[in-house]
Amino acid sequence: MELLKIEDLYVNAGEKEILKGINLNINKGEIHVIMGPNGSGKTTTANAILNNPNYKKVRGNIVFEGENINELKTDKIAKKGIFMSFQSPEEIPGISVTNFLKYAKNQTTGKPVKVFQFKDELKKYMDELNMNSKYMERSLNVGFSGGEKKKNEILQMLILNPKLAILDETDSGLDVDAIKTVSKGIEMFKNSENAILIITHNTKILHSLKVDYVHILVNGKIVKTGTQELAEEIEESGYEKYKKANE
Amino acid sequence: MGKTQVRETNRNIYDIKNKENYDIKISGLTKKIVEEISTKKNEPKWMLELRLKALEVYNKLTLPDWGPDLSELDMNKIATYVRPKSKINSSWKNVPEDIKDTFDKLGIPEAEKKSLAGVGAQYDSEIVYHSIKEELVKQGVIYTDFDTAVREYPDIVKKYFMKCVPVSDHKFAALHYAVWSGGSFVYVPKGIKVDIPLQSYFRLNAKGAGQFEHTLIIVDEGATLQFIEGCSAPKYNETNLHAGCVELFVKENAFLRYSTIENWSKNMLNLNTKRVIVEKNGTIEWVTGSFGSKISMLYPMSVLNGENAKCEFTGISFAGKGQNLDTGLKVVHNAKNTSSVINSKSISKNGGICTFRSNAHVKSNAKNSKVTVSCESLMLDSMSSSDTIPVCNIETDDTEFSHEAKIGKISDEAIFYIMSRGISEEEAKAMIVRGFAEPISKALPLEYAVEMNNLINLELEGSIG
Repeated sequence: MELLKIEDLYVNAGEKEILKGINLNINKGEIHVIMGPNGSGKTTTANAILNNPNYKKVRGNIVFEGENINELKTDKIAKKGIFMSFQSPEEIPGISVTNFLKYAKNQTTGKPVKVFQFKDELKKYMDELNMNSKYMERSLNVGFSGGEKKKNEILQMLILNPKLAILDETDSGLDVDAIKTVSKGIEMFKNSENAILIITHNTKILHSLKVDYVHILVNGKIVKTGTQELAEEIEESGYEKYKKANE
Repeated sequence: MGKTQVRETNRNIYDIKNKENYDIKISGLTKKIVEEISTKKNEPKWMLELRLKALEVYNKLTLPDWGPDLSELDMNKIATYVRPKSKINSSWKNVPEDIKDTFDKLGIPEAEKKSLAGVGAQYDSEIVYHSIKEELVKQGVIYTDFDTAVREYPDIVKKYFMKCVPVSDHKFAALHYAVWSGGSFVYVPKGIKVDIPLQSYFRLNAKGAGQFEHTLIIVDEGATLQFIEGCSAPKYNETNLHAGCVELFVKENAFLRYSTIENWSKNMLNLNTKRVIVEKNGTIEWVTGSFGSKISMLYPMSVLNGENAKCEFTGISFAGKGQNLDTGLKVVHNAKNTSSVINSKSISKNGGICTFRSNAHVKSNAKNSKVTVSCESLMLDSMSSSDTIPVCNIETDDTEFSHEAKIGKISDEAIFYIMSRGISEEEAKAMIVRGFAEPISKALPLEYAVEMNNLINLELEGSIG
């Protein structure tokens, strides 16, 4: 069943044209990967889906579960069930991981969170992600290492349990062990009712995950769609071939 | 969501206008008026003489030639003395219904029951309620309204009154001494530790009125005290004026924490003067939250007169539409090994202006002293402005001095990040602002942290364009 459909999407960041006609369909139960060299528009795609006001949609549509979400505010999009793991998560002093997530869970589900159940769940996921439970009471991302911030994003994904999780460069800057932990988190999350869109410029994370589709994004366009083998090809030969073809 | 999450916000409690039901209302500022106030207050002659001298000084001094424009102030239109129809009561029961109701809504009697060792409540020019826990009285602690102190403890009052803030300090100090009324007097004897705070609450109800309360606190050797003052007023179209004065004396090895939550209405000119003299090994901690007033000019001053004396200032101001909050801290290092730590935060939105002036004077005898200044500003939009003006005058070369200033706009990316978790833009901004303010709310007793968060929520309501 179709979850997300992007049709002929053009997006500007400031005055600059970044996306130049993206088309993408994601169904329930699928893992998609968008790969591409730096500056090709990967992060812009993620921000456009969540309607970050700093990115302007010039043309095209983003449809989620049959509803056009082009103009929805970010919080409303999140409530529909789309989650984004950030490349560099913001530090928010003064609010603990627990309180932030409890409130976010309240908002996304529209139901009050049962405190003890919530804490148990949080503790369980933190254990799975090898996160020290001290982080529960620390201010959101403040003073977290790069790896802890990424794990915290995966933790939020697990707690909020969205229908579509967009993981923007979640693997970048992580060591081998951290990548394994993050992959484990993604495995835990994945089921036949949700979908994942992984955005990355390298292939490391793809070794430990089975993906359904790989899209190559170059200069604001998807120039090739394939399966896991396409990622392997990129790993060997890089993007040169696709860059040239798109010039 | 714990103490940093307070949902219910209600401006109405601050905005209740009671029907003006006063006994006396005197407007303007002349020798005759000053004499009349003194007569009505039935005070000793020495006090009248000080008042008249102050009036002379007031007439000679000019308005400050820096900072916000005060030209709208017309002393002829300000009610200099407004006596409510109430005597001082030691039981809330006896406070007139309308006045008691106001304080009830502000949560004062409730706070008294739960977390205070004593309470003073001033309504317009006079204190209407004063109480202190019996065990403190037995230990010799005095906490009373200032008028009573003048009559009952003239020796102490004469010894300290005007000794911290001289009458000629500036025009509004002189004005204050000419027409002062109400306020609190605290004396903590040697070695007595008052662990639970005392609080005075100042409410200005009358239209176009001034409030000129005098607070005098003496924390004797080795004693400790926490004192909280709160202030609010309903909004009128006329200008109201607050020119209070706070004189604090921290003796050897003594400790005083002086906290203020100020939420004057936005027609108020808040021209308050606060100062402390700290002796050897003494500590003063200022904690202030400034939310209200149209114009504030408020620069508490610490004079570190004894070796190892310490001053710590933690303050936050929040300026919204039409507000110009010019605040700061002045510290004079006048002895060896003295230290001061100044932490200021300011938030401005909807065209509000926040200015923070820090002024550190390290005298040549203040060897081995330390000054740390840190100012952070957060602007919620591009119409608002924020400025920090540090001044230092260091006369000895072994001073450790550091100054850090950060001025920034609220981060769009942080708002987007929070919103991506299903949280509204308004709440995202409030979260960021509360986080920014947290070091200050942490320094406040819980009830006041809650009040401060309420005020932040109030200030943010409707600020989303």
